[in-house]
Amino acid sequence: MPTREINGQSIEFDNEGFMTDRTAWNRDIAAVLAKEEGIETLTDRHFDVIDFMRKEVEEKGTAPSIRRLNKLNVVPTKELYQLFPGGPAKKAAKIAGLKKPEGCI
Amino acid sequence: MSESIKKVAIIVSQGSLEGIYPGLIMANGARMEGMEASLFFTFFGLDAIIKKRVKKIKVATVGNPAMTLPGGLPFPTIVGMLPGMSALATAMMKSGMEKLDIPPVDEFLEMIHDSGGGIYACKLAMDMFKFKEEDLSEHVDGILTVGEFYEKSAGAQIIYT
Repeated sequence: MPTREINGQSIEFDNEGFMTDRTAWNRDIAAVLAKEEGIETLTDRHFDVIDFMRKEVEEKGTAPSIRRLNKLNVVPTKELYQLFPGGPAKKAAKIAGLKKPEGCI
Repeated sequence: MSESIKKVAIIVSQGSLEGIYPGLIMANGARMEGMEASLFFTFFGLDAIIKKRVKKIKVATVGNPAMTLPGGLPFPTIVGMLPGMSALATAMMKSGMEKLDIPPVDEFLEMIHDSGGGIYACKLAMDMFKFKEEDLSEHVDGILTVGEFYEKSAGAQIIYT
């Protein structure tokens, strides 16, 4: 399992680049991961999504679907695709320090 | 590793619930993976994008040998012929789908549209069934001839369902 040094912290990833321990995550790590995914700056809107996803994983064990993010007015689908271009569910999960989403929807 | 898929064009030609959903799920899944995706609705598949038909889409309970009753008991075609059976099977399937977070067809179209996927109606099928532009769902991006569909699909993997 690849381990990398980010901001002086040693962080473990799976082979696809998802963090294996979400409790090791913080916003500075998110910023570094976002840059690697082609997102220069994380805005408040990005963090609305990230924070909600982390909260849902904490409470329910699974990350919310795109549909759920839309339905609960966290972020409209159109905006989600703009915030995390090129694969929003996966990208957002990666930056949020969560495991790879498993759903098909 | 071989080159990844960058673009898909999915043709939906059937109007049953089980005929429509695979195309929607695959188009949405393509967008989620960052691929370009478009849907082309033709023949009975048009029902998915016709406003007054979309709520009436049902599971085909006749001529479907894979169909079973809950618990896996056989579901003979003659049972499927009984009045209301298709509506019942549809209601059961829809509630199962809702639990898996699979949206109803019209909401799914909106989701795909908002994700940047293209939704198109087949011109010939529209003419054949005498549908007009105003009959189409608001999420439809346009009516295309076969030639125009191929033009838009340049570089795409074409999937027929």
